[in-house]
Amino acid sequence: MSADDLSVELVNRRGIPLDLRFNVRAGELLALVGPSGSGKTTTLRAIAGLLRPTHGLILCQGAPWLDTRQGIALTPQQRRVGMVFQDYALFPHLTALDNLRLAMDDGDTNSRRQRAMELLRMVRLEGLEGRYPSQLSGGQQQRVAVARALARRPRVLLLDEPFSAVDMMTRQRLQRELALLRQSINIPIVLVTHDLQEARALADRICVLHQGNSLQTDAPDTLFREPRSARVARLLGQPNLFQGLIRHSPAGLRLSWNGRLLELHQPPELADGARVDWYIPESDIILHRRERPSQGERENPINGIVEECITLGVQTSVTLRCGESGERLRFNTSTHAARRNGLVPGITATVSLLSQGIHLMAPSTEISTAEE
Amino acid sequence: MDWTAFRLSLELAAWTTAILMPLGLLVGRWLAYRRFRGRGLVEAAIALPLVLPPTVLGYYLLVSFGGDMPIGQFWQQLTGRGLNFSFAGIVIASIIFNLPFAIQPVQRAFETVPPHLREAAWCSGLSGWRTFTHIELPLVWPGVISAFVLTFIHTIGEFGVVLMVGGSIEGETRTIAIAIYDRVQAFDDEAAGAMSLLLLVASFIAIALVYGLAGKGRGVGVR
Repeated sequence: MSADDLSVELVNRRGIPLDLRFNVRAGELLALVGPSGSGKTTTLRAIAGLLRPTHGLILCQGAPWLDTRQGIALTPQQRRVGMVFQDYALFPHLTALDNLRLAMDDGDTNSRRQRAMELLRMVRLEGLEGRYPSQLSGGQQQRVAVARALARRPRVLLLDEPFSAVDMMTRQRLQRELALLRQSINIPIVLVTHDLQEARALADRICVLHQGNSLQTDAPDTLFREPRSARVARLLGQPNLFQGLIRHSPAGLRLSWNGRLLELHQPPELADGARVDWYIPESDIILHRRERPSQGERENPINGIVEECITLGVQTSVTLRCGESGERLRFNTSTHAARRNGLVPGITATVSLLSQGIHLMAPSTEISTAEE
Repeated sequence: MDWTAFRLSLELAAWTTAILMPLGLLVGRWLAYRRFRGRGLVEAAIALPLVLPPTVLGYYLLVSFGGDMPIGQFWQQLTGRGLNFSFAGIVIASIIFNLPFAIQPVQRAFETVPPHLREAAWCSGLSGWRTFTHIELPLVWPGVISAFVLTFIHTIGEFGVVLMVGGSIEGETRTIAIAIYDRVQAFDDEAAGAMSLLLLVASFIAIALVYGLAGKGRGVGVR
C-alpha cells in the first residue's frame, strides 16, 4: 500500500461491465468521466458497497473494504463513505438538521446537534435547519446532501453527478462551494460527472471511462493536451484528430499530413514511414492575420477554406477545410479577431499549428470512423 | 341491541388485524421491492377475495377446515377442536378474506419510497432495521393506517364468509353483521335498525379517517 488513501480495482461481469483500477490520495478529487453506460455510477456504487462486483480489491487507508479473493466485503454501514446521490436522496420526513443527525453515530445528543449545526453553517444553510427537504430549493437540498455525507466523518466522499439537477447559475455557485469545501476536508473525493468542463474545473485528476475500462487517468491539462489514444481524445469531445506518417527528412523528423511536413516539438523515436494518430488542441491552432504574416506565424502554416464560422458570444468557432483530402481543423478565435479578418464561409485562411501542441499517439484502427 | 355479538365482532377484528398487520407489512414490502417471476400470480391470489363471492370463499374454507382435510386435521391435532363453527375458524377466515385490505395499501406505500432513500440510509450508517424503523416506516405510515382501518372495519362488517364457516352460534361465531340478519329474520326491526346505524356510523368514521390520512400522506413530501 502506497500513500494512496483509496485504491480501487474492480472487475464486473454482471450488469454493467467493469475492468478498471485507480487510486485517489487524501485531499485529492478524482473525476470519473465517460458516456452513459460507461460504468461511472456503477464504480461509485461498488466503492460505497451498494454493489458487489465479480472481482475487486478496494483499500481505504490500507484497510480492505472489499477483497473478493479473501472473501472480505464490508457493508455500506461498515465502510464509512459519504455519498451524495444524484437526486440527493434526502429523508423527506426529516428536517435538514435531523437528516444530518441521523447520519451521526458518535457523541451525545448535544454534541451531535452542535456538529450538525456547524456542518449546516459550513454549507451556508444556517437558519434553514428546521426546514423539510420539500421546503428547500434544489441548490439548498444539494447542500444538505453534502453536509449529510460529511456528518458521518467519512473516510471517502463520493459524489454522483451532484450538480446535474440544478440550473446553470446554481451549478456554478455550488461548484465554487465544493472547491472551497475541499480545503477543509482531507479525504479522497470521487466525483462522477458527464460534464467535461465541470471535471476540468474541479478535478485534480480525471479518469476517462469507456465500457467499464479506465482508459487514462491524468491531470486535466495533461489529459486534454496529451490524450493516450484517439479514443480518449474523442471521449473528451476533442476535434482535430488525424492520421499521419513519420518522415525522416534532411531537416529532421517530420509529421507528414495532408501533403505537408509538420515540425514536431519533441521528435519521437519512430521509424521513417511509421503510422501515427495525432491530435492538436484547439488552443494551439493560431489564426494568421490576413495579408500580414509575422515572424511567429511561420510555424507549420496551413491553408484552408473556411467551411463554418459559428459565433458563440465572445468566441467564434471556425472550421477550416484543408488540402485535397478535405481534413477539417477546428479552432476558436475571438469574435473580434474573426470580424477583423473578415472570416466568412468560403474565404481562404491560414493558421499555424504550434509544434508543441502536436501530440502523437499510437495508431488505432478506428480513427477512420472518427466524425468529430 | 346484541352487545355480545358486538363484543365478539370487536374481538374478531382485533385478532384479525393483530395477525394481519405484521404480515401485511412483510408481504407488502416484499412485493414492492422484489421483482421475481410469478409476482403477478402472487398479487392476483392476494386480490382474489376482492372479486370472489364471499359464499364461494366461505364454501372452500368450510371444506378445507373439515376434519378430513389437512388444515382441519392439523388444527384438530393441535387444539383437540374442529375449526368449523368456532371462533378460531372465523379468525382464520377473516385473515384470508382481508389479505388484500391489509397488503395492498402497504405495498402501494412502499412502492412510493424512492430506492435511493434506503441506500442513502445505509451509507449514512443506518442498519437494515434502523432504516426500516427510521426511514421506511414513517414514510409508509399512512398506508399502514389505511390497511389497519380497512381491515378492522371490514372484519366488523363481514357477513358471507363468517356465516358459511361459523354459522350463528351465540358468543362463538355470531358477529354483529349476522346478528342484524337474525333480527331482521325475526322481524325485530328496532334492534336491526340500531345495530345497522352503529355499523354505518363506525364505517363512515373509519373511511373518513383513511381518506383524511391519505390526504395528509400527500403532504409528507415523498417524491
